Amino acid sequence: MNTLFDKIWDKHVVQNVPDGPTQLYIDRLYCHEVTSPQAFAGMRERGLKCFRPDHIYCMPDHNTPTHDQDKPIEDPIGRTQVETLAKNAKDFGLRHFGMGQKDNGIIHVVGPEKGLSLPGMTIVCGDSHTSTHGAVGAVAFGIGTSEVEMVLASQCILQQKPKSMRINIEGKLGKGVTAKDVALYLMSQLTTSGATGYFVEYAGQVVRDMTMEGRLTLCNLSIEMGARGGFVAPDEKTFEYIKGREYAPKGADWDKAVAYWKTLKSGDDAVFDKELTFQAADIEPRVTYGTNPGMGIGITERIPTIDTIPSAGVESYKKSLQYMGFEAGQSLLGTPVDYVFLGACTNGRIEDFRAFASIVKGRRKADHVIAWLVPGSWLVDAQIRQEGIDKILTEAGFEIRQPGCSACLAMNDDKIPAGKLSVSTSNRNFEGRQGPGARTVLASPLVAAAAAVTGVITDPRTLMN
Amino acid sequence: MKQKFNIITSTCIPLPLENVDTDQIIPARFLKATTREESFFGENLFRDWRYDKENQPKQDFVFNKPDFKEAPREGVHQILVAGKNFGSGSSREHAAWAIAGYGFRVVISSFFADIHKNNELNNFVLPVVVSEAFLAELFQSIAANPQMQVEVNVPEQKVTNLATGRSEHFELNGYKKYCLMNALDDIDFLLENTDKIEDWENVNK
Repeated sequence: MNTLFDKIWDKHVVQNVPDGPTQLYIDRLYCHEVTSPQAFAGMRERGLKCFRPDHIYCMPDHNTPTHDQDKPIEDPIGRTQVETLAKNAKDFGLRHFGMGQKDNGIIHVVGPEKGLSLPGMTIVCGDSHTSTHGAVGAVAFGIGTSEVEMVLASQCILQQKPKSMRINIEGKLGKGVTAKDVALYLMSQLTTSGATGYFVEYAGQVVRDMTMEGRLTLCNLSIEMGARGGFVAPDEKTFEYIKGREYAPKGADWDKAVAYWKTLKSGDDAVFDKELTFQAADIEPRVTYGTNPGMGIGITERIPTIDTIPSAGVESYKKSLQYMGFEAGQSLLGTPVDYVFLGACTNGRIEDFRAFASIVKGRRKADHVIAWLVPGSWLVDAQIRQEGIDKILTEAGFEIRQPGCSACLAMNDDKIPAGKLSVSTSNRNFEGRQGPGARTVLASPLVAAAAAVTGVITDPRTLMN
Repeated sequence: MKQKFNIITSTCIPLPLENVDTDQIIPARFLKATTREESFFGENLFRDWRYDKENQPKQDFVFNKPDFKEAPREGVHQILVAGKNFGSGSSREHAAWAIAGYGFRVVISSFFADIHKNNELNNFVLPVVVSEAFLAELFQSIAANPQMQVEVNVPEQKVTNLATGRSEHFELNGYKKYCLMNALDDIDFLLENTDKIEDWENVNK
């Protein structure tokens, strides 16, 4: 009751269907090429037009190659999917940020950085990491393709109202501990289903102190503990981040918007269905050892032994370690690394590149490591060059690729070969996620950088001043 | 595919693993299709668990075992029984298309991930949530006799293990039940309500 989630949700209720779901109005629909074609096809079959085309933005990101974006995509099926999105946007009168254009990038990086995702909005996309946009104080969540079609057709969606949870993280993060580590820690504490059925509000000193980029990373990973979405109440930092961005309100509209946004917080009397508090002091840089993001440890810890696993989970645990080629009780420090991936909607922002560069500066990429550094958008790419980060990276033996989802889910050419170990700043370590047979260790940009320069899993704190 | 639900009685395929994510149900490389051909997705359901690199069936995966390899048809293998937190991870509806395309009409688990659960419902696959105890007993019943059947009664919202006679009530809201029993989808409903949407816009813009 009287939570920020209630305030935003309730404001968007068109009607509550008797003995059924809520019909919720959606302020922003983002479409990418993978989960939208069947929705547009359904619209054509029903002979429908988009109900509110000006609320909808399209951009390809999953199939996008990270090189030669000025040339056609080599994979004909991927190319068809990207071209289908462009055609659908044109036919239905929707804004489209095409591949290679300066507006393009990963949808969850572009939305906030262009000021399209704003506090108090309801935002959906056929992508589970839509929760990212919650960082600006929006109710943002991933949906399926049938639901994309609902929004195309009616600008509404039918949903059961989730329960509310507040997660407080108190204290100050230690050296080398980032928003990514906080999220990986929460997943290991809650498991990948611990927040299923809930919308999470992140609060506490750590979240207040966190940069907007950090909040975007934290909210991005809400789905990995099962939550439909996660958000942070907007504050001065939020307004500062949004101000002046291309699609943000301007002039008198800005003042009016900020006045409203300032009301967007949970009441002092707010009652959450669940409230949890964690301490920053308990969080160190983290790595995952298994095949779901909840299977993680502090970088100095050891993989849990089988006697600590609940019986119904033993089969999955064994399958996981077998796939990863790790032993129960083992430390991951010193494990040789084949690939390093910096990027994705999780860690493809400017701050992530700054963090990565802070470790590699004055060092060299380990010869045997293949590193893919993929900015989340062309805007991030421009900022990397503006700040001179590209020079630091190049001098250390790295190259910067072109923006897209890339090796996070390997729908383009960026596939980790079978059996190879990847330290990745992405969001999922599922079997085959980065390519059939690929083995993924999820980590922060600092841990990824430390692995890239030493060639083994390394505590980044040992490389920091 | 829109199809009406009433009572389904069928043998099951057991998958006693927890946290089965949608990347396993349908790997990303099969998401490049631009059409909704369920047969294509069904053929690639659990692709990397079902087939090796040479596209040969992996004999240790349940779908390829003699007791379970028969394709679903009326009364046979129309129910998938899976461990806790089924369908976690990616929102890809292709996972639901694959499950429907293979021929499953019901998935029974003690816990479903939110987005995937909605995706199943939107594709006329019924997710049935049962207790941990019911699920554990059901896995045992199938292990003891792969021919045992389960009855899923949608009008009464009741699921029964016909080997042991144990029954449980399952949740399904009245709206969705009506849709499933009459093969109606949410877009049919939303299109009937555009006046309410415009009313909301007039108040809130």
